Amino acid sequence: MENLLEVRHLSTQFATGAGIVRAVDDVSWDVRPGETVALVGESGCGKSVSALSIMRLVAAPAGRITGGQILFKGRDLLTLSDPEMRDIRGKDIAMVFQEPMTSLNPVLTVGRQLTEPCEIHLGMTPDQSRTRAIEILGLVGISDAERRLRQYPHQFSGGMRQRLMIAMSLSCNPALVLADEPTTALDVTIQAQILELMKGLSQRLGAAMLIITHNLGVVARYADRVNVMYAGKIVEQGTAREIYADPRHPYTLGLLRSVPRLDEPKRAKLAPIQGQPPDLTRLPRGCAFAPRCAYSVERCSAEIPPLEVVNGAHRSACWVARDLPERAAADLKVTA
Amino acid sequence: MSAAAAHSRTDAVPAQSGEIILEVRNLVKHFHVGGGGLLGGHSAVAKAVDGVSLSIRRGETLGLVGESGCGKTTTGRCILMLERPTSGQVIFEGRDLTTLAPAELRAVRRKIQVIFQDPYSSLNPRMTVEQMIAEPIAVHGIVRERKARNERVQELLSVAGLLPAMADRYPHELSGGQRQRVGIARALAMEPSLIVCDEPVSALDVSIQAQIITLLEDLQDRFNLTYLFVAHDLSVVRHVSDRVAVMYLGKIAEITDRASLYAEPLHPYTKALLSAVPIPDPVVEATRERTVLRGEVPSPLNPPSGCVFHPRCPIAIEECKRVIPSLKEVRPGHYAACIRL
Repeated sequence: MENLLEVRHLSTQFATGAGIVRAVDDVSWDVRPGETVALVGESGCGKSVSALSIMRLVAAPAGRITGGQILFKGRDLLTLSDPEMRDIRGKDIAMVFQEPMTSLNPVLTVGRQLTEPCEIHLGMTPDQSRTRAIEILGLVGISDAERRLRQYPHQFSGGMRQRLMIAMSLSCNPALVLADEPTTALDVTIQAQILELMKGLSQRLGAAMLIITHNLGVVARYADRVNVMYAGKIVEQGTAREIYADPRHPYTLGLLRSVPRLDEPKRAKLAPIQGQPPDLTRLPRGCAFAPRCAYSVERCSAEIPPLEVVNGAHRSACWVARDLPERAAADLKVTA
Repeated sequence: MSAAAAHSRTDAVPAQSGEIILEVRNLVKHFHVGGGGLLGGHSAVAKAVDGVSLSIRRGETLGLVGESGCGKTTTGRCILMLERPTSGQVIFEGRDLTTLAPAELRAVRRKIQVIFQDPYSSLNPRMTVEQMIAEPIAVHGIVRERKARNERVQELLSVAGLLPAMADRYPHELSGGQRQRVGIARALAMEPSLIVCDEPVSALDVSIQAQIITLLEDLQDRFNLTYLFVAHDLSVVRHVSDRVAVMYLGKIAEITDRASLYAEPLHPYTKALLSAVPIPDPVVEATRERTVLRGEVPSPLNPPSGCVFHPRCPIAIEECKRVIPSLKEVRPGHYAACIRL
């Protein structure tokens, strides 16, 4: 299948008082039509900046995209003029943010915020856009749409606001929705509702989804393919099943081992990843994960490992990727 | 006060042996919200905690789970006497904290410490790590001599897994995990017997969460600490707790030992909560059955009649709208508040 989005060698930098931060550093991944792809990682790994780069919303002048291509339906978004990009934003590619309250306009009615994109992007008349808004509110499970359209965001609960964000993102039938931690601010029962809703709608409307999250459970439940990020780079890439059943990067393995699981017998002890996430202004010379890695070898501190094929489309950026399953299994025996 | 420990509906767990260190009886905390306004001059009452009873044995961890607004944090704050309970008793080591004079309370407080969710907003940005840990030691007169106090601070830093050099740092110079370690060192400085851990890892990155959980477990073994572990993450609560209480809208829905709660949940709310937690394994997830709850948590300003869970409950019947279910022992040591059981 042809790719809907191809991110090729993307690099995004920020100039800070402490030096240059390579928030996204030569990263490549893609999204096929209709599928759900996850960008996983912890704070500061570059997952949100990746999404902002695609939307070309990186805050200038501190931040700028320094290289690479973002091919959407074959067109490089980085070469488009500002008006051309504005046409794509919200129409072909939409975004759902983590904190719905700060991303909704508090002084505009919900109705206005829903109808505006339809009028601007799809050239609808006010009557048409109103009908569309009512339809889309029903789609995201907000009842009493007529009354709701006259309300303001503060009259909505957290879960309802996130439904609203999803409604806005879907209003122009985008081909791709970028969801940046869409449920992190929500309670677990509401998180389940919102994720089921997003998955259901993306299937029904044929939109592809990029889910950005730190929650490995959410990824397992909803993603077809996964990109694991650490310190601005993709360290592992593959189908969700490959990544979870056969992790080939020690960071992925560490993350999976450090979270308690409800479906397994309670473990006596968790196996945390040691150390702290790196300071992006002072990255080590070799692999950024090497100082925290339980499996590092001499080469790791000298040379940055490239993202290389393990098996088919399963890739890992680790010098010991081939031996990792064996060494990890031996490790488990020792701790048991 | 010996009668205080003699009866509690939640302590019938045979596996636990320590004496009861904390007993909360019929705790109620109402907040008055607003007043006047459009609704005809009546101020509204939010029933944040509405009749909670629980007990904790020395050395054990009681997990308190629920979604935002369920009253779990307020319960913790009432135990710490940071909020004055509207009614009910908080009996700690045999004394009812709600009846103590301020001076007496201050002495008892040393024994009950807290670790907050956000380690950044709970540390003073203008104080160094050393000053923050030394201050309560000085205030409570635990170590009076300055040099000895500094040594004690160094010892606490090491216990919490921080390097000696961290003593001179300010909070903004620390990572999230390091800040939480400072919060833990500060709590330990009081040599407490009970620590209320209020979402201690939810603001931290996944790889750091496991570090802090492991540290809390080690400290519990080392100093025979008792934890009230308030959290919304059911996987984490299962990992750390001996017993677990599930709260919904100010009330306890279910309380029992960890194994029973997770293996055989009784209350429909607990079942839905467990089903909502995604498991980090796509193969397991593909075959899992899901109960997605309808609607949202109602406002504690206007809780539903009867069982507060009935509007979202998949097995509710007419009667649930009228009858307030009491916490009853459905199986030995396993209590749930549901008339359908």
